[in-house]
Amino acid sequence: MTSTDKQRLIIIGNGMVGHHLVEQLVERDATTRYDITVFGEERHLAYDRVHLSEYFAGRDAQSLALSTSDYYAENDIALRLDEAVTAIDRDNSEIVTPLGRYPYDRLVLATGSYPFVPPIQGGDRPNCLVYRTLDDLDAIREAGRNANTGVVVGGGLLGLEAANALKGLDLDTAVVEFAPRLMPMQVDSEGGELLREKIEALGVQALTDRATQRIEDGEASYHRMVFQDDKVLETDLIVFSAGIRPRDELARACALEMGERGGVVIDDHCLTSDPAILAVGEVALWNDSIFGLVGPGYQMAKAAANTLTDGSERFQGADMSTKLKLLGVDVGAIGDAHGDRTPGARMYRYLDEIKQEYRKLVVSSDGKKLVGAMLVGDNSYYDTLMQYYSNGLELPDDPASLILPSSEGAPTLGPDALPDTATICSCHNVTKGAVCETLDAGATDLGAVKAETKASTGCGGCAALLKSVVDHELEARGVEVDQSICEHFAYTRQELYSIVQVEGIKTFSELLEKHGHGLGCDICKPAVASILASCFNEPITDAAHVPLQDTNDTFMANMQKNGTYSVVPRVPGGEITPDKLIVLGEVAKKYQLYTKITGGQRVDLFGAQLHDLPDIWQALIDAGFETGHAYGKATRTVKSCVGNTWCRYGVQDSVGMSQQIEHRYKGLRSPHKLKFAVSGCTRECAEAQSKDVGVIATEHGWNLYVCGNGGMRPRHAELFATDLDDETLFKYIDRFLMFYIRTADRLQRTSVWRENLEGGLDYLKAVIIEDSLGIAEELEQQMQTVIDTYECEWANTLNDPEKLKRFRSFVNDERPDPDIIMTSERGQLRPA
Amino acid sequence: MTTATALKTETDTMTWQTICSKADLVDFSGVAAWLETADGPVQVALFYLPGHDQELYAVDHHDPFSKANVIARGIVGDLKGQPVVASPIYKQHFRLEDGQCLEDESVQLRTWPVRFDGERVRIHV
Repeated sequence: MTSTDKQRLIIIGNGMVGHHLVEQLVERDATTRYDITVFGEERHLAYDRVHLSEYFAGRDAQSLALSTSDYYAENDIALRLDEAVTAIDRDNSEIVTPLGRYPYDRLVLATGSYPFVPPIQGGDRPNCLVYRTLDDLDAIREAGRNANTGVVVGGGLLGLEAANALKGLDLDTAVVEFAPRLMPMQVDSEGGELLREKIEALGVQALTDRATQRIEDGEASYHRMVFQDDKVLETDLIVFSAGIRPRDELARACALEMGERGGVVIDDHCLTSDPAILAVGEVALWNDSIFGLVGPGYQMAKAAANTLTDGSERFQGADMSTKLKLLGVDVGAIGDAHGDRTPGARMYRYLDEIKQEYRKLVVSSDGKKLVGAMLVGDNSYYDTLMQYYSNGLELPDDPASLILPSSEGAPTLGPDALPDTATICSCHNVTKGAVCETLDAGATDLGAVKAETKASTGCGGCAALLKSVVDHELEARGVEVDQSICEHFAYTRQELYSIVQVEGIKTFSELLEKHGHGLGCDICKPAVASILASCFNEPITDAAHVPLQDTNDTFMANMQKNGTYSVVPRVPGGEITPDKLIVLGEVAKKYQLYTKITGGQRVDLFGAQLHDLPDIWQALIDAGFETGHAYGKATRTVKSCVGNTWCRYGVQDSVGMSQQIEHRYKGLRSPHKLKFAVSGCTRECAEAQSKDVGVIATEHGWNLYVCGNGGMRPRHAELFATDLDDETLFKYIDRFLMFYIRTADRLQRTSVWRENLEGGLDYLKAVIIEDSLGIAEELEQQMQTVIDTYECEWANTLNDPEKLKRFRSFVNDERPDPDIIMTSERGQLRPA
Repeated sequence: MTTATALKTETDTMTWQTICSKADLVDFSGVAAWLETADGPVQVALFYLPGHDQELYAVDHHDPFSKANVIARGIVGDLKGQPVVASPIYKQHFRLEDGQCLEDESVQLRTWPVRFDGERVRIHV
């Protein structure tokens, strides 16, 4: 299997950093020189541990996943999950697992860390758990079923995350911290006190200065925790989250150089004491430090990928500044937040006990540079402070103004004040200079910059900053951020939509006359045609509309590369009778059409000549088919699994629901194609989370997911609402789709629309669920209009001889196009 | 004088072919038709822009980029005031006036003079 000229690279560990390393290697084409094998101890592919507590708030393993097994397969990377490496045999350059021995030329340790459990008597009792992996969370959930109360031991960052998870299980939750305050690493005593008040107001009890001596049987609850002063606390469930320790046992056993308190020693190239072996992430000790945040781990992964591909980039340490929302409370810490590492440092503090906000600045002895900062209660000050800190910018004359409240909100440092070296996104280490380069190379919007640089796709903390930099730089370049759809209309798609709707304009020529100029073009014509269809739903084949359509819409079929068309009848929910299947076969045979099953559970018939389309459709319509709109920026298909009608796991009738959805929205035209899916249970066989609208059955109804996408840039759909009844489900989808249709750019899928939506998912929920804009009823009515006016476009056309005239290959002769030449392959015809 | 006029009329009848009728055209769009030439049959795309300075255009139906015969099925419009058709396959724009591709200087479609003669569409070969 292994080609002789390639080296064998083994990566142990498939966590966030291990996966990032894989991505970095793929980006550098490292698969051309390495056969890469990745071992993961867990059965799950790399997932987002930062957002683990959302697992109890409705997100499942799949939506937390950072990648897919397809990604690994496509890049020829062997992924061996659920296979823990048990030893490294350096003498023979092999690693050992329970399933065998695997040779390596280069080896990377990305084994991460494990939760530290303090040596407490009784700490190994049942229902004493840890918080680190999805399996840990499953165990916590299981234990939570029979529990009323839960205690987290550890009041640091991870402890508060774990407390959030317990709260998500509806347990009465308490946090026990050994230090005199919560988050002792990040905040001082004032900040800690404020944090405690805020957290307790949210219903989580915070006990500080508590050293647990032992855990024993409780009276009212399962456990009793006994503290140093013999005070006790009873609880049913205990979760230890008191810090992490590197998973360095493999390295220790094969005698790599270790730190005194653990961790594999690495240099700037992430090389261990054995130059064939590298280490990255929380197992690695660099300059006597373990970095327990994902950002520095990603930077190590990047440096390691560089080392493996002979690049020169090194790991040069990482900033541990962080901004978090823990239990709904903002906490931020920048640089030397305590001011105890900077000789002569001076501080400014601001405390508001009413609004419960606390901010602290630590400045250099000359008062000119920011060396640290601390925030509790409002992180909107973070970005600006971070820029002063990380770029060494000179502070204003009155530094206190940076943390004092002002009626305009947090002070912002204009993006123009940032030097090119300023780091915008620390997760992916993207500088302002790099952003500018992509703009110079032709990127014209935020989405393109994100796709190109990956900025703001890690923790997302820099989203607002990135947007302001992009907007500012575009403007500075004189790229008048001209949002006009094209030279014929000085309006955006959204504006054109409003004009059409408000003025009731029903044709392109009227719109052009009143609000545009010229003849129009291949940009504005289809865009306006789509708007008109969304608003009034007149047949697109009517004389006024037909010149606006792309060829696919004009001929209601998909043009292929040789000028022939493919035909896809609607098969609602992918359910089809044998009789209809036979008709598809007969039609395909008669017209010699190449036949292929689509990803949307339909049948695609390729190679139809223009003049044959009406006859083909007459046969299909006679058999009860309708047009499938595979040619349109419109509702495509609703994929479904077989559901509880047959499947022993199904909890709802997913096929029935998918048909209801398909019939409801068929014919709906939108800025881009719309794909749907319905799964009958949480196993998700219909892959609903990769669709614009995904519906997954629960025991109580339906969970609704929105804005997913497959394609070039896959995006998991986000959980939007849970346990909906049928009526509410339709109501939300009606509103969601119409809101998207109204506000998206042309050819913008829901995924990109969602990523550019200011306010994000919360805003979308507010509009759709809480009707914050007061337009919900209007959106529903508009959808109802489209539903009520649905008509099969092909049936309409077949009844109109004038429209049928359009389907002549040549208007003056019945000779077919002699340049369409077919050849045979695998028993079917294809273009020669 | 009279000889010259007679000669011109004769040339006229020989080189202006009737290719189709006005009713075969589609407003603000294109149709394809066969044209008989000395070099054999050619597929042409006919575009009709009613009410504009020049209402009728005839260009090659063959798309040099995709090598498929599809130009008549493209969207018609204008770029900076010049009437164009966009190829329905890879979306290059061709000027209707002279067939010039706007994205690639080296590519040009053939064009033919074309006009109405009552209800007939006549093309000059």
